[in-house]
Formats: sequence, structure tokens, C-alpha cells
Amino acid sequence: MSERHTLIITVANRIGVLARISGLLSSRGFNVENIIGCPTENPDIYRIQIVVEGTREQIEQLSKQIQKLIDTLKVVSFPHKKEDAIYEFVLAKVPTRGGRGEILDLVKVFGAEVVDISPAFMTIEVSGPSRKIDRFLELIKPFGLREYLRSGEITIG
Amino acid sequence: MTTGAEILIDALKKEGVDVVFGYPGGVVLPIFDVLFRTPEIRVVLTRHEQAAAHAADGYARATGKTGVCLVTSGPGATNTVTGLANAKLDSIPVVVLSGQVKTAVLGTDAFQEADMSGLTRPICKHSYLVQKVEDLPQVIKNSFYIAQSGRPGPVAVDIPADVAQAGLENYVYPDRPDIPTYQPAEKGNARQIRKLAAAIERARRPVILAGGGIVAAGAAEALVRFAEKTNIPVATTLMALGCIPDDHELFLGMPGMHGRVTANYALMECDLLIGLGTRFDDRVTGDLKTFAAKAVIAHVDIDPSEIGKILRTQIPIVGDVGSVLADLERAVAPRPAGEWNRVVREWRHVHPLSYVQEPEGEILPQYVIERVNSWAARDAIIATDVGQHQMWSALFVRHRGPRAFLSSGGMGTMGFGLPAAMGASLGFPGRPVVVITGDGSIQMNIQELPTCTLNRIPVKIVVLNNSCLGMVRQWQELFYAGHFSKTCLKERPECRKVCTGHREDCPHAFWPDFVRVAEANGMAGFRAEKASEVDDVLAKGFAVDGPALMEFRVKKIENVFPMVPGGKPINEMMLGAGR
Repeated sequence: MSERHTLIITVANRIGVLARISGLLSSRGFNVENIIGCPTENPDIYRIQIVVEGTREQIEQLSKQIQKLIDTLKVVSFPHKKEDAIYEFVLAKVPTRGGRGEILDLVKVFGAEVVDISPAFMTIEVSGPSRKIDRFLELIKPFGLREYLRSGEITIG
Repeated sequence: MTTGAEILIDALKKEGVDVVFGYPGGVVLPIFDVLFRTPEIRVVLTRHEQAAAHAADGYARATGKTGVCLVTSGPGATNTVTGLANAKLDSIPVVVLSGQVKTAVLGTDAFQEADMSGLTRPICKHSYLVQKVEDLPQVIKNSFYIAQSGRPGPVAVDIPADVAQAGLENYVYPDRPDIPTYQPAEKGNARQIRKLAAAIERARRPVILAGGGIVAAGAAEALVRFAEKTNIPVATTLMALGCIPDDHELFLGMPGMHGRVTANYALMECDLLIGLGTRFDDRVTGDLKTFAAKAVIAHVDIDPSEIGKILRTQIPIVGDVGSVLADLERAVAPRPAGEWNRVVREWRHVHPLSYVQEPEGEILPQYVIERVNSWAARDAIIATDVGQHQMWSALFVRHRGPRAFLSSGGMGTMGFGLPAAMGASLGFPGRPVVVITGDGSIQMNIQELPTCTLNRIPVKIVVLNNSCLGMVRQWQELFYAGHFSKTCLKERPECRKVCTGHREDCPHAFWPDFVRVAEANGMAGFRAEKASEVDDVLAKGFAVDGPALMEFRVKKIENVFPMVPGGKPINEMMLGAGR
């Protein structure tokens, strides 16, 4: 059965390491749903988180292939389950020409935060499960959502 | 103060490199300049960088040491890509050093700039772009370690010109690699080894499938000892031919698409399949659903990602196959030969390899190969190219131990043979080296003939000329309704109207004239057109003190059998007419 998996990959912090991993995924026919890289508490170590879909066997093989890369320290993979804390973050830039009040109501309901405000726009940060993010974007759209940036699903193993 | 170029050459010396195959160019001039005053390292100028990479590969296959290749940036670097991919698929330790444009202009599409570390990423075990001279010593140390350790493989190191020119104070070559993220497995898990030993005791029809890992681990003797203690029959893949003597009573032959009937039957009927340093390539397994379907699968490999990649494995053992075999030999009780050994012997008796050479008739390629067995000394190394002649060589060459049969397995690279033979010969001066090739393959790196002549590389080149791309033609005959699309090497524009296939009565001449090509390159050339001339030509060619080319005009339409059509179960073999 094909299902979504998160792979948490710890690698040496070297130029090209992200390209190596994304190249490996594409050469083996995996469609990456989400890929995030970030430094860790150790400056020599970098962490990459990938969400891909596949059967358990496929993901196991993929994990071994990634583990085989010279720069890989560790690969952890797990399938997504309902009870997991799988979060997304979104930054949304919304025009305020129709008034700020209603937008701020939504911000309150969603437990969101206004991170920037200018005469014409407000930038809002929301986090939560994908369902919540979808709903927020749907409701904010009528205000003339200018642009948004979505992190994709992230979780911790 | 030591420059990057001096550091590199010093590092090569400390790594024990005695031969470098290369081709100079703008950005590597600082490095070639240092080589100019380094008599300890022999630099062999090939005529094409692809040949340099294959020569480094052939050197590594024959000697077990890491082969080294040095080329310039851009086209020099990209020309080695096929060689790197070839070495990767067969797990051969090669280090390709390429020059690169100066770091200040990297990424600006400078003259002869190509992103070598990017290009080689998916076809190398690892690749480096050295960005400052301070990194160079450790990168070279790491590169040789990565190439040679664990599952061997090629490493590409891209060195910008300014890094080669920059100076470094107090340079010391590191005595160990520094790669905290890389720890190749060594010993196999003791519990799993006991589990396999127990499975061997229970098994009635066990078979060993040995692959190139046995060669890489230097475990051929351990393999034979283990097989003899347990009386388990052994099939060897193309990469492992020679690991068990051809005439050993436990030897089943090579299995797979053009494998021996005995080997294929044994793999299909076994109840325990022990894969040792092999990766269950599709050319070996055929249809996966039926392959070894009755068997418990045990798989020993140093690369964890190979286990379970193709077959569901009940007994996985990650480790060096030499170390695992030693442990396993201690863990198993001696096992007498039994009914299964009798069955296998019977298959071998009923299905010998055969062909019928008419004494005055057209030359059969199999016959030439068998005659080469007699003319090539006991310690000869035999390289092949890719195609029909390769499969006939696998089947008919008398294999002379591990590292004595060099063939492009995974990649199937036409053009590999001649440069690989050159590499082997330079690795073992004094040992005879023969390359068995075809009229198609030899032309893919024929520019290396003068390299052999001028450097006195005494390679004996056996060209089996059937004037066509025989293996592809065979597929067209069997699976494409005889539509011989572009497989005839005599084809001319007017042929299409009259030719109905590859015919004996074709009026056209074959070009090039290989004998004259040899002569034009300062090399002795001989030709046989009838079976009765074969020994005479081999006698002349092998008598030459130096390289020689021997062309054999062989029977045009001769297919390689046995053959398993792609994707079919490997016991569904086409055996050829009358067999």
C-alpha cells in the first residue's frame, strides 16, 4: 500500500548535499511532495526532511540508498498516521483595503499571528495541520490574498 | 610552500599510484607540469579521455589497486563520464581527477567549463569539487579511501586551476581519511551467520550465486573452500568468472540470459539460494516472479541497499563477503555430496556447450575463442568488449582465476575492451593480455592503437568480425521480425532496396580494413578467413614482440545460445537449432 512517509535525513553540511539527495529521489522515480533543509545545533550537520509517497518496501529501499551516500549520517523514515503531529506553516500576505477588522477576526479564530503590517498589507502566520491551513486560505481568499508561502508538511520523529 | 598541483602528485605517490592515464589541457597544465618532473609516475597519454577512464578501470580490475585518470575541464571531463558510469555499475575503484576553471569564474560558462561534480553525482560513488587548496590533501586521502573501501566504486575529484596553483604552508599528507558519515560494514552479524549455517544444514538443494563482490573482497579461495566443505554447487556471474576453476565439479557456469543450462536449472530448482557479493541483475534473474521461487534467499553483501532491492531476502547478512565466508566456514559442519550434486552433474552432462566447426568452413567465433585459450599463456589476462563475442567469451574462455577476465558487466559499454586491456597490461607488465572484441566494439575506441604501439603495450587484439552488430542483430532476428535496422556495418544508401537482411552473398566490402588499420598504426596485423587459417594467424599474432591485431572473418549469422528472452523465466531457454 502506498502512503505518505516522512524521511528525516541527517547529513554532513557540505555543498551539493541537497542536490545529491534530490537527484537520488528523482533518478529513482520518487515524486517529492515536500523537501526542507535546515542547519542543526551542530554547524557541521544539516538536516533534511522529505515527504514522499511510496510503499513501505520502496521507502525502505530509498532510505538505504540515501544512507549509502557518503555524506549521510542517518536516515529515519516513518509513514504518516492520523494521530501524528504533522504541521504546516504558512505566511499569507493580505491586502487591507477592505478594512482590517474582519481579517483580524479570522486571525483570532485560527490562532494566527500578524507578523507584519503596512498601510496596504498585512502578513499573517498560521500553523497547524494541513486541513486547518487549507481552511484558513479558503476563508482569507475573498479579501484578495496577494501571495502565500506554505512550508509543506513537517513533523518530528 | 607547496602548490596544489605538487600536493596532488605527492598524494598520488603516497597512495602508491604508479600509472596515470590522462590527457592534458588548459586548466590542468599546472598538474601536468609537476608530472613532467615526477619520474616515479608513468603518465600514459591516451587518444581520448573515455579510453583513459576505461584504462584506469581495466588497471583496477586486473590489479585490485585504484586506477587513476587525469583530464582537463569541460570536454575532457565529460568524455570520462561513460568510463565512470561503467566503473560504478561494476563497483571498480577508479579516481578521476579533472581540472576545472578558476573558482573566480565558476558558474559563468567560462571556456571549457562543465559542472563535473554535478554531472558525475549519480554515476559515481562520490564526487568532490575542491574549493580551496587547504581542503585538497584530505579530499585526495578521502577519495582513495572511498574508492577502495566498502563496496568499491569511482570517485570524481574536480580541481579548479587556481586551487592547483595556490600554495600551502606546512603541507602534510593526512595518514587517514576523515569522513565521519562513512563507515563501511566489515563483519557480518554472528546470529545471521548461524541462521544461514542452520539453513545450509536443512537444505536439500542449495546453490551459491557468487558475484563480483567475491573478486573485490579477494575471497575466491575462501569461496572454493566453503563450497568444498559443504558440497554446494556454485554459479558465478559474469563479474565473478574465474573465482572457481572452470573444471571444478561444483562449478555450474554463469547463469542468466546467456548462461549455462545447468546454472539456470540449478537456480530455478534450488531450495536455498546463497547470494554472495552479487546484486541479482536482471540479466541473471530473468522473470523475477519465477526466479528461485522455491528457495529461501540468503544474501551476503557489503552494501546494505543491495539486500532486498530485487528479492525478498529471508537471511540478510551485511558485511565483507570474505569475512562472512570465513565465519560461515567455521559455523557449518562438513556436508557430503548427495542427490542434488548428482542431479546437477547429470544436467551438465546432458547440456554441454557445443558448436560444430567445419575444418574448411566459415570460422565460428566460438572456435576462435577456444583456440585463443591454447595460445594465451596460463597467466594471461583476457578482456572483452560488449556483444556476442563477450557472451561467447564468458562461455568459452578458459578462465584463469579472479581478475583475469575483464568485461563490462552492468553497463555493457562497447569500446571498453581495448583500453581496459591496456590498463591491465600496464598494471602487470610481463603478463600477456588479450582483448577479444568485435568489429563494432573495436571501432568505438580504435584510436588507442597508436597508444599501444608507441608505449609498447603488448596487447593482443582478437577481432571477431562478422561485419554487423551481432547481438543487436540477433535480437532483431528473434524479436523484431528480422527487421535489421542499422545493424549491418556494410550498409550503404542503396542497400535498402535490395537487401532483405544480413546475407552471405552481400557484394559489399567491409570497411575499415582492420589489418591495414593496424599497420597504419605501426602494429602487426593478420587476417584469417577460413577455419584452417585460425591457428596460423594466432601463432603469428602471439609471436609478435609487442601489440598485434588479429582479425577473424567469422560466420555472419551465428546466434548466442543458450538465450533467455528478456523478462522470461531463466529455465525457458532457447538452445538453438539442433541443440
